[in-house]
Amino acid sequence: MNAHAEEHFAGSNKLFISIWVWLVVLTLIEIFLAYRPMSTAIMLTILLGLSIIKAALIVAYFMHLKFERLSLILTLVPMLVVCICLLFVFFPDSFRSAGLRYQFKQPPPVAPPPVEEF
Amino acid sequence: MSTEARADFFPAADWEGGALPYRVGHRKLGMWLFIVSDSLTFSALLIGYSYLRASNVWPTPFPFYPSIVFASVMTFCLLSSSLTMVFGVSASSKGDKAKARKWILATIFFGAAFVVLHLIEWNHLIHQGMRPFYLPESWVQAFTTTDGIPPSPLFGATFFTITGLHMFHVATGVIYLAVVAARVKKLKHEDVEISGLYWHFVDLVWMFVFPLIYIMSVDMHGHLAGVAGH
Repeated sequence: MNAHAEEHFAGSNKLFISIWVWLVVLTLIEIFLAYRPMSTAIMLTILLGLSIIKAALIVAYFMHLKFERLSLILTLVPMLVVCICLLFVFFPDSFRSAGLRYQFKQPPPVAPPPVEEF
Repeated sequence: MSTEARADFFPAADWEGGALPYRVGHRKLGMWLFIVSDSLTFSALLIGYSYLRASNVWPTPFPFYPSIVFASVMTFCLLSSSLTMVFGVSASSKGDKAKARKWILATIFFGAAFVVLHLIEWNHLIHQGMRPFYLPESWVQAFTTTDGIPPSPLFGATFFTITGLHMFHVATGVIYLAVVAARVKKLKHEDVEISGLYWHFVDLVWMFVFPLIYIMSVDMHGHLAGVAGH
């Protein structure tokens, strides 16, 4: 097993340094973006996009997954993506409760006077 | 179709490992599975944070200094620690255990620097009056909307939970790497590689925590600049 794993560790130091440079550059872009005026949705989309690129670089090269067998990649990655996407089911409720929580920012309506019955 | 026929039909190339179908040892596969499940823990926390943020008035109080400067330097520390860890694993794969130990010690240094810087940054925020369920008075004044809705005090809860759990992972990783560095000559290469997987995972999580917690909470419009006490 030992020799088997050793022959397996691919990638030169030059490659790893270039990955590190990319990660630092993408981080600097994120910090720069923090001070650009833009809507929260666009900012969030760009930041998450950059984060996913950074995560992919780390997983593929530093964690070496690019050089592993396809069967391992297919076992680990798709189910993680599916599970994270399933968690998004909560967001409609989040947007809904934002509306509910503040609907009484005006004083709540008072009950109409009782109708006198004869 | 019988199983024999199926075995004939599918080329052996996809599954030739037999006992090692993924061509990794059981310990490495175990670490990968742990990493996937821990990713889900952090995903759940970050999505919980997003849930609260989307359904509340949310403060964005972090100034450039100290918060963003500290967080950026911490990011740099973690990225560099990942690079030194890769060098350590690479040296270990060539059988150079002494060199591997030096690189792992460098990784421990950057990891410890991350924890120390993060604790200083926490201390700044706690000193300003941020608590898990309270905001500093000046933040409440600055971020209350024109309709009079105050910002959510859960800001502190989400911040301390997510960064705290991440810091716990980094601290655990530093201890783990210290054990690996101490015993590196007795350990197989695969064990060093597995500790590297854990360490890169800690870095990976920070790649999401940093933009979502820090960058998305920058006080871009200087809300706090005019408030007394800042």
